[in-house]
Amino acid sequence: MFDDPAVWLPVAFAALMGLSILIYVILDGYDLGVGILFPIARPEEHDRMIASIGPFWDANETWLVLAVGLLLVAFPVAHGAILSALYLPVTVMLIALIMRGVAFEFRAKAEAGWKPTWDRIFFAGSLLTALSQGYMLGLYVMGLDRSLATVGFGLVTAVCVAAGYTLMGATWLIIKTDGDLQRRAVRRARVALVVTMIGFAVISVVTPLVSGRIFDRWFSLPEFLFLSPLPLMALVLATVVWVVLANQPHARDRFSWVPFAGSAGIFTLAFFGLAYSFYPFIVPDRLTIYAAASAPESLLIILVGALVVVPVIVAYSAFSYWVFRGKATELRYD
Amino acid sequence: MDPILLARIQFGANISFHILFPTITIALGWALVFFKLRYRATQDLKWMDVYHFWVKIFALSFALGVVSGITMSFQFGTNWPGFMERVGNVAGPLLAYEVLTAFFLEAVFLGIMLFGFRKVPGWVHTLATVLVAGATTLSAFWILVLNSWMHTPTGFEIRNGVVHATNWMEIIFNPSMPYRLTHMLLASGLTTAFLIAGLSAYRWLRNDRTPAVLAALRFGVAVAAILIPLQILAGDMHGLNTLEHQPQKVAAMEGNWETGPAKPLILFAWPDEATRSNRFEIGIPYGASLILKHDPQGVVPGLNDFAGQHPPVAPVFFAFRIMIGVGLLMLAVSWIAAWWLWRRGDPHPWLARVLVGMTFSGWVATLAGWYVTEIGRQPWLVSGVLRTSEAVSAVPAAMIAATLAAYLAVYALLLAAYVATLFLLARKGAKPQTIETGPTSHPTAFVPAE
Repeated sequence: MFDDPAVWLPVAFAALMGLSILIYVILDGYDLGVGILFPIARPEEHDRMIASIGPFWDANETWLVLAVGLLLVAFPVAHGAILSALYLPVTVMLIALIMRGVAFEFRAKAEAGWKPTWDRIFFAGSLLTALSQGYMLGLYVMGLDRSLATVGFGLVTAVCVAAGYTLMGATWLIIKTDGDLQRRAVRRARVALVVTMIGFAVISVVTPLVSGRIFDRWFSLPEFLFLSPLPLMALVLATVVWVVLANQPHARDRFSWVPFAGSAGIFTLAFFGLAYSFYPFIVPDRLTIYAAASAPESLLIILVGALVVVPVIVAYSAFSYWVFRGKATELRYD
Repeated sequence: MDPILLARIQFGANISFHILFPTITIALGWALVFFKLRYRATQDLKWMDVYHFWVKIFALSFALGVVSGITMSFQFGTNWPGFMERVGNVAGPLLAYEVLTAFFLEAVFLGIMLFGFRKVPGWVHTLATVLVAGATTLSAFWILVLNSWMHTPTGFEIRNGVVHATNWMEIIFNPSMPYRLTHMLLASGLTTAFLIAGLSAYRWLRNDRTPAVLAALRFGVAVAAILIPLQILAGDMHGLNTLEHQPQKVAAMEGNWETGPAKPLILFAWPDEATRSNRFEIGIPYGASLILKHDPQGVVPGLNDFAGQHPPVAPVFFAFRIMIGVGLLMLAVSWIAAWWLWRRGDPHPWLARVLVGMTFSGWVATLAGWYVTEIGRQPWLVSGVLRTSEAVSAVPAAMIAATLAAYLAVYALLLAAYVATLFLLARKGAKPQTIETGPTSHPTAFVPAE
């Protein structure tokens, strides 16, 4: 099967695209989450929150461009079908992303009197981005049909994803801040963890009920035995995060990284669950990755480039995180 | 309304808004490298002042470019699904390479450039600045390769109606790419030069006459004066290249209906497609033949040879004249300013006011130039391969109209905020630097350099 590039290239690109989406959700998840958490901070603390994500947000969003770019170049038919079906939520998300992205700069550079306004725009843009992405996830799971039930489910997933991003943002703040702000982040992380886990449970129950195909993929033997560790591990991770959160903030900051890492782990498990449910479909139950893929020779050119360049991207991204390690202090643009 | 027209207006609005910011950041990145290197060479702190002022404007412009660019990556699919379905095998790898080689590089090192000044050694910071500038230029390279290929496609074959790449060297180095890339990079240089000169003149007029302001003013004027003749030359060569590959576009630019020798250079006219003639025509005899064929009797192609296959004439015709007009204005202003600054050292207040007026002249010329070349390619999306009407999406017109209105409102707001903030930063640059680092002020984003 793997001698034929027309067979393995679509799989490779689906994997590459999936990886980009997962990295995007975790990375932009925390900086969107910090935006959603803006109201828990006093105005003078906003600069510290921005300082904790300022050097990273731009690169984080580039993973979304890569994911959508890979969808566009590797599965062009699916790109058109999915994004046309999600036209309105995509537009809402794009405008929200624009407003929060420029707010980073305008809040610091525009007339001082406008700063609270740009802070509110930053919060609203972050929240709206998360909600629209969650809504799109819900509609995607429902096979991109629009009815009262699917829209309702989309609203549930919207809240779930927003809670998940809040969890990432709060656990990020636990690593990057201290004092009162860190304490408040711990409290929000607990609430967000509960809401996120409820949301994931709802999605896990509803998805197989909606699609007989997905039901069969999960609830047949021996697959069920291989798959059951997935939700179990998520529960274990959630418990670990919960227990560690109970002891945060720690005086010497011990284990302050655990809630973030654990939450990223939960997202990863949820992602693999979804990916397993839908594979090999890229438009649920309608279009497979094989039917949607571009010509093999063009995909091969991109794959070679990606295999060379992505490790380099990971390396210099790691360098950047190392440069900005430790607590975020005051915000300095120099 | 016609969904094709709406989809084009929406995409055109987005890409017009987007291009404003890369046009600044491509060249401003290199200007920042220059300021840093001047400081390292001379140890004169004024160059760090110049750097710290312009890096703020770079950051703001970059953020606007990034977020409006994300919109583009979605609209390829939502507005022009037929584009990727038909020519995705060529466009896809070029776009993917832009993301992989340029976007991540500029995003990550921008973080180090903006926030890492005190966290990394000086040479690492300079290296980060070089990498950001290099990545913006690399990004321009890939996107202009793709755009040029859409004008002059080579290196492909069509199987079952779908384009397949056969020769990547021919695709990348397609006939119009070197001209278009040069023309755009010079446009970026000129846009940035006039922006720097304009804002510096604004500061000078407000009695902010530190050595840093004067250094930036001289830098902007000098770069503009050097680049504008190069741009006129590059534009002429680009036009001759277009004449060879897309004669109908040149015919629309010239407002020339009938093919023939000894054609005049039309300075002004009102092209009327209904009667297929020009009204109120004012021209210089033999001008078009001289410019395009370097011979007063040269035969110049006319629009009637391409009836039904040529772009709408009036927008191409007028956009071309706006671009040329602004270019000539740039030539006059930059040379007079350069001469004056060279002889007198300081600008005359009138000269400073003219430079302030020219602050965004690069935007006008760049947009006009893009309208010439993009509208000039119609009715094709990819010349001779894919018609724009074949690529349009099935999204209902009402939905496109509603989202278009939302985008336009956002863009108008952001453009106003951007321009206002630039002048605000210019006014703030005048403040003594110690005030904002006073012990009572809480941590602020405006802590200037030591």
